Amino acid sequence: MSHVSTPRRTALDAVHRALGATMTDFAGWDMPLRYGSERDEHTAVRTRAGLFDLSHMGEITLTGPQAGAALDRALVGHLSALAVGRARYTMICDADGGILDDLIVYRLGEQEFLVVANASNAQVVLDALIERAEGLDAAVRDDREAYALIAVQGPASAAILAGLTDADLDGLKYYAGLPGTVAGVPALIARTGYTGEDGFELFVSPGDAERLWQALTEAGAPAGLVPCGLSCRDTLRLEAGMPLYGHELTRGTTPFDAGLGRVVKFDKPGDFVGRQALEAAARRAETAPPRVLVGLVAAGRRVPRAGYAVVGADGAVIGEVTSGAPSPTLGKPIAIAYVDAAHAAPGTAGVSVDIRGTHEPYEVVALPFYKRR
Amino acid sequence: MNNPQQLRYSKEHEWLSAAGEDGVSTVGITEFAANSLGDVVFVQLPEVGTTVAAGETCGELESTKSVSDLYAPVTGEVTEINEDVVNDPALVNSAPFEGGWLFKVRVTDEPDQLLSADEYTAFTEN
Repeated sequence: MSHVSTPRRTALDAVHRALGATMTDFAGWDMPLRYGSERDEHTAVRTRAGLFDLSHMGEITLTGPQAGAALDRALVGHLSALAVGRARYTMICDADGGILDDLIVYRLGEQEFLVVANASNAQVVLDALIERAEGLDAAVRDDREAYALIAVQGPASAAILAGLTDADLDGLKYYAGLPGTVAGVPALIARTGYTGEDGFELFVSPGDAERLWQALTEAGAPAGLVPCGLSCRDTLRLEAGMPLYGHELTRGTTPFDAGLGRVVKFDKPGDFVGRQALEAAARRAETAPPRVLVGLVAAGRRVPRAGYAVVGADGAVIGEVTSGAPSPTLGKPIAIAYVDAAHAAPGTAGVSVDIRGTHEPYEVVALPFYKRR
Repeated sequence: MNNPQQLRYSKEHEWLSAAGEDGVSTVGITEFAANSLGDVVFVQLPEVGTTVAAGETCGELESTKSVSDLYAPVTGEVTEINEDVVNDPALVNSAPFEGGWLFKVRVTDEPDQLLSADEYTAFTEN
């Protein structure tokens, strides 16, 4: 007996097909990879604006008097201290400190939080949150079907959105979110993203997604907004030095291994899952750092891919590439890699990537590769 | 997709022009292949003077998301490579059947199973 699973389609599926998108299976979802040239889409987000369907992301809502306490116990961050209307990048770890997923948590009210998980981990996160909220006065709700998620990213995104909403976008800071109406559609308007640019993520009812997409397309056209697929989303986040679960972050790495120890809040009240292991990981990171996450920039034109070995001047393996791509902004191949601490300083000489048997020279640089002005 | 009638095609998505009087054919990848790859950012071509063998790898094409082997559609000696496409790999996407050609080969042997334009079109639609 074979089990055939059909990829899930977002509320915008018909729109993508009408636009002639190249689709790809991503974490069980049929998602747009690109509509035309992924490099042009990338450039549009860096210089103008891009429109993304991110409806595969997994939304989970926590409500109740102890919703904040439940998140404090379940996640590594101090979410009960988050102000209403603000958002936080955080992680959920296993008892041994391994990362189960990285998350964005929005505080929608005193007693209401929206957790956004990666599509591939949404079920794991949901199960863990339910288990970890046990005994507390908090309800965990699977809201994956309740939302479509549309992102507008790029320097022109605020001006485009301003024409479609009365919401106070000037007052909406980076990593903040507020309920509002966009093009007549009720939306949670969040100033978040995964591109390294200013931008917004709009959580709406799936039934409203197409109407909102079309309104944004029309309003953005004069500013050069184009639809963008997951391919350029990956090169945008890579240039911005943002980690991707399954690449830089895995079950086998702790936040400290990934250089993201700052998301772990040891001083928050009460115990949390992974505390003991993470305290040990924090000590290890200070005294005997394991491999360090660094940026690599190519001297040549061959592109490093995840899993390729990083080698030192003597040809010995000193690390491994976790993500690599041609960078449209830099015009050269770039990579993020875990490299032995001794070779991780920017400018370290003699570092190469083994690209299918050839050692191609690479320069070690500090992350990110790109920072908006 | 418009696959030119005067070319022949391999199932690895290379195209081959009819040989001129000098016995030399031009090789490229099809529009179907270029679209599947996405933006091509690097091409590695066989060196002039080397012999390529039908059905065997003779280079590679890198795009944003992946690297793909380039297969020789015929056996023969490489007489010229397209330096323009080495310098500007995007030509493979913008003009796969014209300015984006890859190399020229003096054909000594060719497999029987090369496809006509219509056969190749049907092959890519299945």
